[in-house]
Amino acid sequence: MTKAKKILITGNEACGEGAVKAGCRFYAGYPITPQNELTAYMSRRMLEENGVFIQSESELAAVSMIFGASLAGARVMTTSSSPGISLKQEGISYLAGCQLPAVIVNIMRGGPGLGNIAPSQADYFQSTKGGGHGDYYMVVLAPHNAQEMFDFTYEAFDIADKYRNPVMILSDGALGQMMEPAFVDRKDKAKGRKQKNWILNGCKARKPRVIRSLYLKDGELEARNKDLQKKFDKMRKDEVKFERYKTNDAKLIMVAYGTSARIARSCCDELRKKGKAAGLFRPISLWPFPYKQLESLDKGKTKFLVIEMSAGQMVEDVNLAIQDRKRVYFHGRMGGGIPDEKDIINLANRILK
Amino acid sequence: MDKNKSLTDVKMHYCTGCGHSVIHRIVCDVIDELGVREKVVAVAPVGCAVIAYEYWNFDVTEAAHGRCPAVATGIKRVLPENIVFTYQGDGDLAAIGTSEIIHAANRGEKITVIFVNNGVYGMTGGQMAPTTMVGQRTATSHKGRDITRDGFPLKISEMISILDGVKYVERTAVHNKEGISRTKEAIKKAFNVQLNNEGFSMVEVVSLCPVYGAKSIKEAYQRIDDTVTKVYPLGVLKG
Ligand SMILES: Cc1ncc(C[n+]2csc(CCOP(=O)(O)OP(=O)(O)O)c2C)c(N)n1
Repeated sequence: MTKAKKILITGNEACGEGAVKAGCRFYAGYPITPQNELTAYMSRRMLEENGVFIQSESELAAVSMIFGASLAGARVMTTSSSPGISLKQEGISYLAGCQLPAVIVNIMRGGPGLGNIAPSQADYFQSTKGGGHGDYYMVVLAPHNAQEMFDFTYEAFDIADKYRNPVMILSDGALGQMMEPAFVDRKDKAKGRKQKNWILNGCKARKPRVIRSLYLKDGELEARNKDLQKKFDKMRKDEVKFERYKTNDAKLIMVAYGTSARIARSCCDELRKKGKAAGLFRPISLWPFPYKQLESLDKGKTKFLVIEMSAGQMVEDVNLAIQDRKRVYFHGRMGGGIPDEKDIINLANRILK
Repeated sequence: MDKNKSLTDVKMHYCTGCGHSVIHRIVCDVIDELGVREKVVAVAPVGCAVIAYEYWNFDVTEAAHGRCPAVATGIKRVLPENIVFTYQGDGDLAAIGTSEIIHAANRGEKITVIFVNNGVYGMTGGQMAPTTMVGQRTATSHKGRDITRDGFPLKISEMISILDGVKYVERTAVHNKEGISRTKEAIKKAFNVQLNNEGFSMVEVVSLCPVYGAKSIKEAYQRIDDTVTKVYPLGVLKG
């Protein structure tokens, strides 16, 4: 065992450090609450690591800057919160179309519109069903504590490079701003990283390369899309992640991610104390969604309770996994509201009756 | 010696008389003369020049509409030894990309911008651009550009030339021989500013669209002399 020590760190900063340790040396972003600590952290760390930090003029520019830096070979990240992520959708679609790796972090806040700055999970559809135009997907990882903010960001850069596709970390204002103990000193991947063999860096001793998403010739774009779909199919097969908590004998399985999953977990513990067989299924990859893994927990009479900080977005995926919709229940809070344990436990008791 | 010239053998798709063919050639000649082809990473726009990568024999990417200067910023910061340039139309640079060009210039990014001002949106069918002359008829200004509705021709080169991060800005034209050779000198100067790591450089090339905005190429040339260069005077604005 290494002598690594846990430190107290906010989720936002843990995310930033995960990026730095993954070898990210190019960051562009625009301030927005509740992720400002992350931008500020990257500004300091990029200076220390001789990387590039740019406070861009907008989120449109930030995502275009990481587009440029990615095609030049750097490991790149941009971060924002909901309204800013809406602006980044143009660039995310272009990143996917041009097959460029990048990590995009959304520390979600309440919407629609300017909404508020309280934690929310209302950008699930936008993240998992293609927020930008065109047929594309990206791996979306949902951490539920500071440790995972670090770990998933650290790992996201490898996934992005493996598929040459953007990867999103989908978190929320509560996870971003809360301080928790976490290990944040993994191996720094900036060292000894091999140069990618598809980048644009001048055509010395090779043929010129073109990185584009425009395919005008007859049939060309459909063929390109078929290739992209093959990649997405591979992600569907290999990138599914989830956690099960006390689900083996559970008569009621809560389904929740991120902050909602933390609340659901403590509700399960409370219910167990009263002898109620409650468990939690926590999707970690929101795309690809763990449909089969969730379905396999359905013993025919099992009840499912989906908890989200939204009007009900992930519940649509749960409904795809669990065919008998009558056994799928939903509890949601919107606009920055956080699910209340008492409400959930009361609902769970009613469902289990 | 770099034997591969910067222009490919692919026949250009541009309309007869279109400024883009001429300006492509000039840019490629300059790159050849400077011997930097193998160091170039170019950013093509959304507009008629969107498939410039077919004609350019060096590394090229293509940005979202208007975002070229931000994309170029990302590239240049990662590859400071390379030569990074954007090639943008007046819709791309002066409308949807106004924010990106101003801020890249203001940060003093060490990139070069070739700004092709043809007074209209060529690719989408000759709509009014921010650079369209007052009174000029286009697909979206049927009775001519009206200042009470559409405002005045936007002077991006003048605007950015007052910024401290900007090293060199010149406006040239390509509707006659002198203009073409002046344009070549200006573009060479702009690339040299970048090669010498001095700061942001831009050349605005007053060009023409032979299909939209004028009944004939002759009329388009005439307008450049009579009105366009009055609103957009040629010469060095900074540097
Ligand atoms: C976001 C977005 N909006 C609009 C378009 C459509 N569009 C393509 S080219 C263009 C205008 C290009 O005009 P200009 O930059 O002047 O270049 P030109 O074609 O005249 O060379 C527009 C509006 C687009 N591709 N993307």
